[in-house]
Amino acid sequence: MKRRTFTALATLALMAGLTTPAFAQDTLKVGAVAPKTGPLAGGAAVSYWPNVKLWVEDVNARGGLKVDGKQMKLEVVEYDDQTNPGETIKAVQRLVDQDQAQIVLPPYSTGLNLAAAPIYARYGIPMITSTATTDKAADLSKQFPNVFISLGGAQPIALGAVEALTKLKAKGDIGNKIAMVNVADAFGIELAGVAKKAFEAAGFQIVYETSYPLGTQDLSPVMKAAKAAAPDAFVAFSYPPDTFALTEQAIVEDLQVGAFYTAVATAFPGYVKRFGPAIDGVLGIGGVNTESPAFKEYAARHMAVTGAAPDFWASAVVYSTFQVLEQSIEAVGLDNAKIIAHIKGNAFDTVIGTLDFDDNNNNPSFWTVGQWQGGVFKGVASTGREGAVEPIKKAGWK
Amino acid sequence: MDIIITGLLLGGTYALIAMGLNLQYGMARIMNLANGEMLVAGGFAAFWFYTAGAVSPVLTVFLVAPVAFAANWLIYMIFLRPLVKRAKSRGQLEVDAILTTFGLSFVGVGLMLAFFGGDYFSYSYLSVPVHLLGDTYGANRLVAFGAAVVICGALWLWLAYSRMGVSIRAIAVAPDSARLVGIDVRALAALAFALGGAVTATGGALISTFLTLDASTGVIFTLKALVIVIMGGVGDVRGTVVAALLLGLLETFVASVIDPGLTLAAAYLLFVIILLVRPQGLFGRKTT
Repeated sequence: MKRRTFTALATLALMAGLTTPAFAQDTLKVGAVAPKTGPLAGGAAVSYWPNVKLWVEDVNARGGLKVDGKQMKLEVVEYDDQTNPGETIKAVQRLVDQDQAQIVLPPYSTGLNLAAAPIYARYGIPMITSTATTDKAADLSKQFPNVFISLGGAQPIALGAVEALTKLKAKGDIGNKIAMVNVADAFGIELAGVAKKAFEAAGFQIVYETSYPLGTQDLSPVMKAAKAAAPDAFVAFSYPPDTFALTEQAIVEDLQVGAFYTAVATAFPGYVKRFGPAIDGVLGIGGVNTESPAFKEYAARHMAVTGAAPDFWASAVVYSTFQVLEQSIEAVGLDNAKIIAHIKGNAFDTVIGTLDFDDNNNNPSFWTVGQWQGGVFKGVASTGREGAVEPIKKAGWK
Repeated sequence: MDIIITGLLLGGTYALIAMGLNLQYGMARIMNLANGEMLVAGGFAAFWFYTAGAVSPVLTVFLVAPVAFAANWLIYMIFLRPLVKRAKSRGQLEVDAILTTFGLSFVGVGLMLAFFGGDYFSYSYLSVPVHLLGDTYGANRLVAFGAAVVICGALWLWLAYSRMGVSIRAIAVAPDSARLVGIDVRALAALAFALGGAVTATGGALISTFLTLDASTGVIFTLKALVIVIMGGVGDVRGTVVAALLLGLLETFVASVIDPGLTLAAAYLLFVIILLVRPQGLFGRKTT
């Protein structure tokens, strides 16, 4: 009896699957693959997935995407790659071959984007990455001319932190002693390496330096040792859980520094929600021009549609790359080669301002450092974006 | 001194993570790979009550524990009881339980994603410095440590001295003989499993005050719990506590004196050494 029920249910499920109408002609299938589980799921849930939802809603609310004079509504197919590059690649194949998606959005994070670049290239899909930071844009675009980089490179991001601290030092807000820590993975090691040389060249002295393994549950020994070195500034190239943990330890230990920098997740709305006004003056990776009307309007819609605020770094960039794709498709239709040529040849008006890729398919102007000032994470250093504000000295934690 | 206290605090956290699994694996004989998901669920409950209603996580615990107890009892009855019934040997039960709970861990992650989304959930509760013997520590870690002491102490007293505790230890040592002296093995195993789940969820609620969790972080805690339970000796409360404290002290010592980058290496080195010297764990009984 039980087995029969099961068979009946299975048959029903199968039939339901089969009888779902093949998408009507006036809808376009959009494929998206990114982590919903695994180590990077938390970041993707803030910066990536809400933008997919928002973009599709926005386009459909306008009546759809105009392709060759016809309005087409968007329909999303989402896959979870479990933060596993192998799964990302499989999902892209599935989206193209099985689901027949006409548009495939780029995946999430540096690692998964780089891992999936060859498969996007093989299908000739325009891949406007929005969450990958790499200094190898030139090599990448030579090998995969369909790949675009918009979030910037590790080198400028580390140098941005050095620039912000140098400004504070010049103003006399901080001395020259720096405690620098990093998470022991490719991201942390690369940024710390670049930053260390640049800090020393800028006349800083590194009084404490260490790395800690990804997923360390107790960072209080790190913070205690950093505090014991009596630094004027604290810099951490950290990932989300450790960004939160280091900030909390700094508050508990009452680390008195004129500049406090943590990396990924500092720009997350959850950061200020958790720590409140105590983190005013904290510097972090990312930034946006919070005063630009385009961003303000985008943030309000993000809140209304997804129920959450965007972060102050990658969120708007993710949405901007979708806008680039949207504008290109409306201009030249669904031919991938033509879309890629159009992206290369034009500048686009987006929520982060003008997005114009250079000869290496790289967006040369991006935010590198932001700072919490009065409850808003404002951009303080960039490679040519408008609207940067002056960094201020970090006051006490209370 | 500073290293010792920081290490003990971390050890207390580890004890909270591992104690539930010890009950489930040691007493109910279910190697529960979905243990970490239960912990994250407990943490989520604390987060939700704190952000939505400003209810202190220390109070939430009193709600989380009974709910988790009931949920785990149901999980045991629905998914695991059939395995116990059909298992011909302990080995077979272990394999079946691992496969089933491995699947359940995915269900757990999926449910939490569906209900709460994949975002990090982190909040600040009692992240104020407390001065102790000339040094500062986070109040939330002290609270969690205190709770760990209370929970582990109560469990140990209960298992060592109460009639039911003795019965539970009996089913852990010799389930077949226990039946001969009139112990209802099935009911007690379900109870031990449910209790383990309640302890795990309570631990999750407490550690969420200082750790940043998301729906899919459970597996990290399952692994840590597994290492601690095996190091301490399966089915022994004292073993788990000692192993947890040892691990906390060692990690803090290495992080403070040598290099924070070596904490993981040191932890697993300790694990390997214990396995080499005492394969049954610190307090484990030799299997015959």
